[in-house]
Amino acid sequence: MMRSALYWASHYLLLALYVLFALFPLFWLVKVALTPNELLYSEGIRLWPSRISAEHFRFVLAHSDFPLYFRNSLIVSSATAVIVALVSGACGYGLSRFVFRGKSLLVALLLITQMFPLVMLVAPMFRLLAPLGLTNSLTGLVIVYTAFNAPFATFLMQSFFDGIPRELEEAAMIDGATRFGAFLHILLPLTLPGIAATGGFVFTAAWSELLFALMLISSAQASTFPVGLLSFVSKFSVDFGQMMAAGVLALIPACLFFLFIQRYLVRGLTAGAVKG
Amino acid sequence: MSAIDIQGVSKRFGVTPVLHEVDLAVAAGEFVVLVGPSGCGKSTLLRLIAGLEEVSAGSISIGGRRVNELPPKARDIAMVFQSYALYPHMSVAHNMAYSLRLQRASKQQIAAAVGAASAKLGLDALLERKPKALSGGQRQRVAMGRAIVRKPKAFLFDEPLSNLDARLREHMRAEIKKLHRELGATSIYVTHDQIEAMTLADRIVAMNAGRVQQIGSPLELYDRPANLFVAGFIGSPAMNMFPATASRSQRQLRLVHGRLAVELDHDRGLVEGTALTVGIRPEHVVLGAGPLQGIVDLVEPTGLGTIIHLTLCGAALKAFSLERLSLALGDSIAVDLPSSRLHLFDVEGRRIP
Repeated sequence: MMRSALYWASHYLLLALYVLFALFPLFWLVKVALTPNELLYSEGIRLWPSRISAEHFRFVLAHSDFPLYFRNSLIVSSATAVIVALVSGACGYGLSRFVFRGKSLLVALLLITQMFPLVMLVAPMFRLLAPLGLTNSLTGLVIVYTAFNAPFATFLMQSFFDGIPRELEEAAMIDGATRFGAFLHILLPLTLPGIAATGGFVFTAAWSELLFALMLISSAQASTFPVGLLSFVSKFSVDFGQMMAAGVLALIPACLFFLFIQRYLVRGLTAGAVKG
Repeated sequence: MSAIDIQGVSKRFGVTPVLHEVDLAVAAGEFVVLVGPSGCGKSTLLRLIAGLEEVSAGSISIGGRRVNELPPKARDIAMVFQSYALYPHMSVAHNMAYSLRLQRASKQQIAAAVGAASAKLGLDALLERKPKALSGGQRQRVAMGRAIVRKPKAFLFDEPLSNLDARLREHMRAEIKKLHRELGATSIYVTHDQIEAMTLADRIVAMNAGRVQQIGSPLELYDRPANLFVAGFIGSPAMNMFPATASRSQRQLRLVHGRLAVELDHDRGLVEGTALTVGIRPEHVVLGAGPLQGIVDLVEPTGLGTIIHLTLCGAALKAFSLERLSLALGDSIAVDLPSSRLHLFDVEGRRIP
């Protein structure tokens, strides 16, 4: 059907408005990060300062603990993403391919874990981890994040496995592969986009998590970057320029990560497997 | 090539039985077709042979060796799936080579086997393509190619042609038959299409509700169906059937259905008062001569012949004729139901010889 010019004009106008709405805070982040301190309060509200400088970035990188927080966050988020991808990949495969006793109970339990507000769990979590020496430790954070992300990621992975016809594995097993071989040669390459998406999702969730990082970590040595951002807020002032510069730097790994996985996110890899 | 022996095989899914004590012996090199309506258990039987499901009771042997406990990879069989199940991330050549690579065959061996199979199936120009760049018929060929490269003990086909259009289906049917003649491979072929069953099979196994109804050559099943199910399932247009009672007038036994009465030329062991079902194939109904009068209800020209729907003494009947009959609705025509062409079934539905 032919659409009128008016239809397309309003179509793109609405999309543009939405993109503007979604990206404006990001723009503001970059703008403030680049505004020199003496202009920050003197110029009033302007879309772009009369002069830009990288002084905030230089300060954050050279004179603050930010690089340490950044490194901690990178370790915690990567470790969480990898462990969750492995665990939920295995669970999702089991849920997708096998019938076993207690399966529906297990699924119900996984769902129930998603029902509690995290705030409720902070205190018990702390009580559990403290005697084990896992507070103030990156390992403790990785364990907590893995526990919270694995159920949802499991459902995600299950749906990706469900999308691959069982016959492909059966064909591979008849061709002479073991079940694990069929998984490795056939299922894994086909679900790589799903695994990448799950990994990206978990990475971002861990990267921006604040509540548990704040409650479980008290030393600067083990702080992650969201906690570190708070250190720019002192009792008497907020250093917006440095805070925003740190925020911009914190965006980089997430952007790089998605840049790296986006080729796996291309859909349609499985087209042509079965009739179509 | 190996024989396949199935003895007393039953299968339950949970408490639901799907196969009841199936016995079937397939000779080496034989082409056996399992045919039946959907849900009759034919695909399940094939999956049991492949090792994709476990038998609940009974035993399956391939080449004289019991395979019940063996995983699919150890059974040395090839299977062509209805959906083709090509590996979407592998090229045609890699799809065909996968089983050989798992066997750790040398590069030369693989190249030779893939080359031979692709030449046989006309896939040479497609070897580097991915499955999604192939048409339905080409995918079907690749699935066949993947099966033949490894020279397995037996081929299993699970409705391999049902995703193709009618013309291509006919073509591939002939190719499969030719391929079987060349390779002499033991083959078990599942279909719900009776034409495929009739044209391909050395022997047909007709199945219904998890039980084998009849095993025999295609013409045996067509000419002497063992029961009402086989009589109704094989043949298109389907066999006419009506309930009747045997009664005697003068010396001869007659089969009576309402106002319709058909005389038998000999008793066939029936006694007066027996209730039974009478069947006659549409092409055996004689038109234009005979003691009965039919009224034409509907005429369906098929090109090859004509299907005529008749009302015969209150009973509905289909006739098939290769003649170009000039019949109009409401015409009256003489009809004969030759006694020698009648199929008789008892109240349990079993054939009366």
